[in-house]
Amino acid sequence: MASGNSERLASAVKIVVAGGFGVGKTTMVGSVSEVPPLRTEELITEASAGVDDLSGVEAKHTTTVALDFGRITINPELILYLFGTPGQNRFWFMWDELARGALGAVVLADTRRLDSCFPAVDFFERRGLPFVVAVNCFDDAYHYTDDEVRGALDLDPHVPLLLCDARDRESTKTVLVTLMGHVMAQARMAGAH
Amino acid sequence: MSVDHEAWFDEAAGPLVRPYAVTGGRTKSDTIGLDLITLVVALREHADHLEPESLQLLRVCQQPISVVEAAAQVDLPLQVVKVLLSDLITQNLMIHRSAVQVTDAPSQHVLQAVLDGIRKL
Ligand SMILES: Nc1nc2c(ncn2[C@@H]2O[C@H](COP(=O)(O)OP(=O)(O)OP(=O)(O)O)[C@@H](O)[C@H]2O)c(=O)[nH]1
Ligand SMILES: [Mg+2]
Repeated sequence: MASGNSERLASAVKIVVAGGFGVGKTTMVGSVSEVPPLRTEELITEASAGVDDLSGVEAKHTTTVALDFGRITINPELILYLFGTPGQNRFWFMWDELARGALGAVVLADTRRLDSCFPAVDFFERRGLPFVVAVNCFDDAYHYTDDEVRGALDLDPHVPLLLCDARDRESTKTVLVTLMGHVMAQARMAGAH
Repeated sequence: MSVDHEAWFDEAAGPLVRPYAVTGGRTKSDTIGLDLITLVVALREHADHLEPESLQLLRVCQQPISVVEAAAQVDLPLQVVKVLLSDLITQNLMIHRSAVQVTDAPSQHVLQAVLDGIRKL
């Protein structure tokens, strides 16, 4: 325990699960995590919340935003963290920290409220972070065709789109495998220039 | 809330004052630049001069753990935990290893390992 050498520590990577409020982000993280989703809080003060719009609240107000995440030990040297974005879109600075260094992102969509994932699609497109869109199939959801969803989201043809059940481990694995395939294809293309 | 603390916060901050207080009023980010998934591990189990919150962090970091997991375990806000951890690292009571690829593009090797790991779940 006394080496002082940090090389013996494993390394970690992360994937972000984003989408609108209540779309199933925490459920998806929990379906594959080796621990129940953990929760932590970030303080938001004037100083760190440049983009936060706390309208009608005193300027010096402090609030917290909850963030949940799960863990998958890939091998003894590598840990994968899955982060669910805070549901409220106003916490953009939190999204920045989550996206920085991420391998890629899953944008969860709910066909009952497709527009709630627009900000997430927009955010990752702008950042150039590879992402897939996973449509969470709630039981009472109206089922669109892939093309209808693509059209509504104005999705780039190369962005993978798939249906999923966020509660189901195999389904979430398929989403993550699709994402990683996409991430690797993007990385190869970038390397081929 | 004491008069001293009012220099940092108005009453609206209420219950949130304490976490700031344990970091000596420092509200800025840590000196090391810790990421959410930076892994840390304690080199010691105890140090007499530490505040209870830092001692608690030493305890939860006896095995390598990410900054965000340590924060969840001690139930303090992330920013506070980052400041406390960076103090512990500066005092050589803890070591850290940055997340891979925060700046570089991820290597195909790492990506392949992640893909294989997910498939094996
Ligand atoms: N029927 C059905 N219910 C689901 C599915 N996924 C999630 N739910 C339910 O939908 C509710 C919201 O799911 P969460 O995982 O908490 O959603 P979230 O996106 O993390 O929500 P916020 O963090 O509040 O934005 C919960 O009651 C889930 O049980 C699904 O695929 N099908
Ligand atoms: Mg959630």
